[in-house]
Amino acid sequence: MAASSERSPPPFPDSEEPELLEDSDEEADAFTGTSISEMDSPSPDSTRPPKDIFNEPPEDIFSDPLSNINSEPQKKVDAKIPSPSSDEAVDLFSDPLDDDSEVMSSPEVQNPMPDLLNEPVEAPKSDVLGEPPVHRNAARHQDVFEDPPKSSSKSSSVKKAASAEMFGDDDDEEDLFKEPPKVVTKKPQPSGPPVDVFTEVKSDVKVKPQVKDDPTDLFAEEALTAPAPKPSSGSSSSRTNGVHSEEQDLFSEATVELSLDSPCNDRKNKEAVKPSVSAPAAPVASSSSKAPSKSLEELEEEESEDKFDLNISITNPEKVGDGMNAYMAYKVSTQTSLTMFRSKTFTVRRRFSDFLGLFEKLSEKHSQNGYLIPPPPEKSILGMTKVKVGKEDPSSAEFVERRRAALERYLQRVVSHPSLLQDPDVREFLEKEELPRAVSTQALSGAGFLKMLNKATDAVSKMTIKMNEQDVWFDEKIQDVENEEQHLRKLHVMVESLVNHRKELSGNTAVFAKSVAMLGSSEDNTALSRALSQLAEVEDRIEQLHQEQASNDFFTFSELLADYIRLLGAVRGCFDQRMKAWQRWQDAENMLQKKREAEAKLLWANKPDKLQQAKDEITEWEAKVTQYEREFERISATVRKEVIRFDKEKARDFNRQVIKYLESLLHSQQQLIKYWDAFLPEAKAIV
Amino acid sequence: MMQEGLDDGPDFLSEEDRGLRAVNVDLQTDATLQVDISDALSERDKVKFTVHTKSTLPNFKQNEFSVVRQHEEFIWLHDSFVENEEYAGYIIPPAPPRPDFDASREKLQKLGEGEGSMTKEEFTKMKQELEAEYLAIFKKTVAMHEVFLCRVAAHPVLRKDLNFHVFLEYNQDLSVRGKNKKEKLEDFFKNVVKSADGVLVAGVKDVDDFFEHEKTFLLEYHNRVKDSSAKSDRMIRSHKSAADDINRIASTLYTLGTQDSTDLCKFFLKVSELFEKTRKIEARVAADEDLKLADLLKYYLRESQAAKDLLYRRGRALVDYENANKALDKARAKNKDVLQAETTQQVCCQKFEKISESAKQELIDFKTRRVAAFRKNLVELAELELKHAKGNLQLLQSCLGVLKGDT
Repeated sequence: MAASSERSPPPFPDSEEPELLEDSDEEADAFTGTSISEMDSPSPDSTRPPKDIFNEPPEDIFSDPLSNINSEPQKKVDAKIPSPSSDEAVDLFSDPLDDDSEVMSSPEVQNPMPDLLNEPVEAPKSDVLGEPPVHRNAARHQDVFEDPPKSSSKSSSVKKAASAEMFGDDDDEEDLFKEPPKVVTKKPQPSGPPVDVFTEVKSDVKVKPQVKDDPTDLFAEEALTAPAPKPSSGSSSSRTNGVHSEEQDLFSEATVELSLDSPCNDRKNKEAVKPSVSAPAAPVASSSSKAPSKSLEELEEEESEDKFDLNISITNPEKVGDGMNAYMAYKVSTQTSLTMFRSKTFTVRRRFSDFLGLFEKLSEKHSQNGYLIPPPPEKSILGMTKVKVGKEDPSSAEFVERRRAALERYLQRVVSHPSLLQDPDVREFLEKEELPRAVSTQALSGAGFLKMLNKATDAVSKMTIKMNEQDVWFDEKIQDVENEEQHLRKLHVMVESLVNHRKELSGNTAVFAKSVAMLGSSEDNTALSRALSQLAEVEDRIEQLHQEQASNDFFTFSELLADYIRLLGAVRGCFDQRMKAWQRWQDAENMLQKKREAEAKLLWANKPDKLQQAKDEITEWEAKVTQYEREFERISATVRKEVIRFDKEKARDFNRQVIKYLESLLHSQQQLIKYWDAFLPEAKAIV
Repeated sequence: MMQEGLDDGPDFLSEEDRGLRAVNVDLQTDATLQVDISDALSERDKVKFTVHTKSTLPNFKQNEFSVVRQHEEFIWLHDSFVENEEYAGYIIPPAPPRPDFDASREKLQKLGEGEGSMTKEEFTKMKQELEAEYLAIFKKTVAMHEVFLCRVAAHPVLRKDLNFHVFLEYNQDLSVRGKNKKEKLEDFFKNVVKSADGVLVAGVKDVDDFFEHEKTFLLEYHNRVKDSSAKSDRMIRSHKSAADDINRIASTLYTLGTQDSTDLCKFFLKVSELFEKTRKIEARVAADEDLKLADLLKYYLRESQAAKDLLYRRGRALVDYENANKALDKARAKNKDVLQAETTQQVCCQKFEKISESAKQELIDFKTRRVAAFRKNLVELAELELKHAKGNLQLLQSCLGVLKGDT
């Protein structure tokens, strides 16, 4: 067990080598001091996450480790510490490694399948045994950290907490084992013969050190301390490393962090590394109680790792009914492997107002929490009236297609929001055959009027609330969002104008093509006449091209901008919600102040009868202030998280859409080249 | 402000542009008389062209000389050809259109007024834009004046015209003035009479199949080329507007991109850069279509009008000839004024024969010129379109490469 712990240490320690020994001393002491009971209590928690990750019976692992820790660690530490000579150092390294190997072998015996599992589990423990790793673990559990001894023990037992690096390493090794068969074969061999393991284990363990070797400074240090093991390990490990370039990256990152030496830096780095290392790690982290202590960016990163498998498409817009009561119904098809849905594929029919209804429901429930609810496309009475009245006219077909695409994007945005996806209304919307008719969305209905009134009062209060922004991040972000919205609006207007001009160009090209065809027909030179009618044909095709490009301009570019103008509006809505929360808090604060003043007056006036009541009120308002403050902080955190998430999605969306748009332009140019290429010989044939 | 475009006087006579001149007519250049416009200067409301002549003809004092001429003088020269009975049998090269910078100037003025409402970059960009547009119009104007002179210089008869020589050589102001109101009114009535007469004359069945065919062809052709010319103008105008939009999109993307330094902003900057380049190409496409297609059509609109005028003159002469014949018959029947009628008939006959003879050659030449010019321009148009599309394609490809590489 202890050995396993050492195994992890080598990597970290490298840079901290000198401290290492000391630390190990202390920690070891601490460790001996720590009671098993303490360790036990944390262990259950810790065991859960590992389960998830490794699908392994955690108890086995833990029982082993724990026992080992108690019995072996002390001894080992003792053994190590005493030997300061160079030989000793070598031993030190070899020892840990050996131990590791031992540990590994023993667990393997117990749980044949999961060598991987054992490793990770053990690795953390090794930290416990006494080395810098402990710091890291401890650091992660900040609360725990306050009592160094306990924390060390806990963290060690909480194996799952294993320093990010450990995790990273472990994961990598997992990968190694799973993916490249060679590696897999290697490891088993060492573990088989326990005695040999010592030497061979080194190689295994070394995988990490080698990886670390990449950063030269670390390596150099390592070399000083453990010259003997390195070479052998280096050779063997280098092979495995070579296989996984990814691994190296990870490690190099990790090592850079290590070189910083300070525990907190290490911690940050580890955390940063962790999510990126492997998907399994992320859930663990989020499920753990540590989550709150992490920075938002990290959380956000983790979220982006969550792959949700949910495809929504909207197809077959269909006119239902006649006259002014007619409406368009859309087929909403969902394809998913998520277990929260009853089946893998299902289809419902929804009308536009249902989509608006969904938005209403979601905003009611979530917007006061600071969630960014993706806004649906606007109602268009004019467009819809055209559809209702008109028969098969191209502009209404375009309107329907535009709306269909906008609704599809809207729904996709809703379900890609991790919190909104969990909402029962969303599920119902996607799954349930019949939805109650959404009434409140009807334009100019009573509810609509109320809503408008609400919005107006909101606008007024927005103007009256003068929030003095404490948070620089928000201050800048609010400004940015406003600027961005303004620029996007401008851009949108221009793109719309481009669309119009392109359509105009298309129309004019068509007219010109006809005119040239006529000119060609009246031309009495045969070759020129033919060339002119060829030119007319080319122009005809170009007209098509312009038309396609105009619709690409519109659907890929202009609609993207329109979406983001709407979304930025929603972002501002989030900021407003936060401001409201702030206002509530400030109001409560003021009220508390007043109550306190009243109490002071009562005291002054010496009216004990009312004093009690005043005191009660103060406590009541104090509670409210704390509550509102907490709410404000929570909403701030949520909004911030939401905005970061939004920014990421925005970047991704823009990237994807603009690339798509440029590809459409590229295609246009390719076609143009084709057309003119074909025309050139015709022009040359004029005699 | 207008002068700015002129600073690059020599520029528009660069090699590339030289190729563009005389583009609408295919002329056999003759070393004995070469005319070009070596420079031009735009002042408030007029353009001064420096007409440069190189000649070995004996009636010029020198071999090489330059004079400064204005648009009105070109018109005077043209009118002197039209009014000369001697040239009735020739297609008179169409007069160059009046320089029209009003639209461009107006835009520049508007830009100046709107200066406060836009950012400095936008303003500079727009200004450059308009200046480029102005320069393009300017070049075109010069080119069209030059084409007129080249056509005259290449014409076997018109090149020997005295007025032409004076126009080329006399180094003082020709003191031609614009027509006054009365003259303009007279012109107007003349035109009304002419077109009414034209209809009358056109109705007369021609004895000669060649001319009969040419007549029907030219009538139709003129209308169609007029239509095409108008349509091409509209097409090119919307192409230019689209290019302008792309330009504005590029600058807005730029402002979006300079907001901060996130990855998205870098992305915007990159796309902005791309749009900036593609809009240049789009603008070039529009400009080249204008030059190769619209100008060609416009020139042949005027040239076919000149050819129609020739046919009208011949038709008029034919009608006169027939009337003279009738008059002679009448005179003979009455045996009165027979000699006078005979001379009139002789004169009309000679005139008609002369016109017919040269007109036939002129119309054949017109066709050859037209076919050659269309060939040249259409080939160049296709080549330019290809060049621009390929340039655009390359830009898009490299930009897409970079953007995809980033992700």
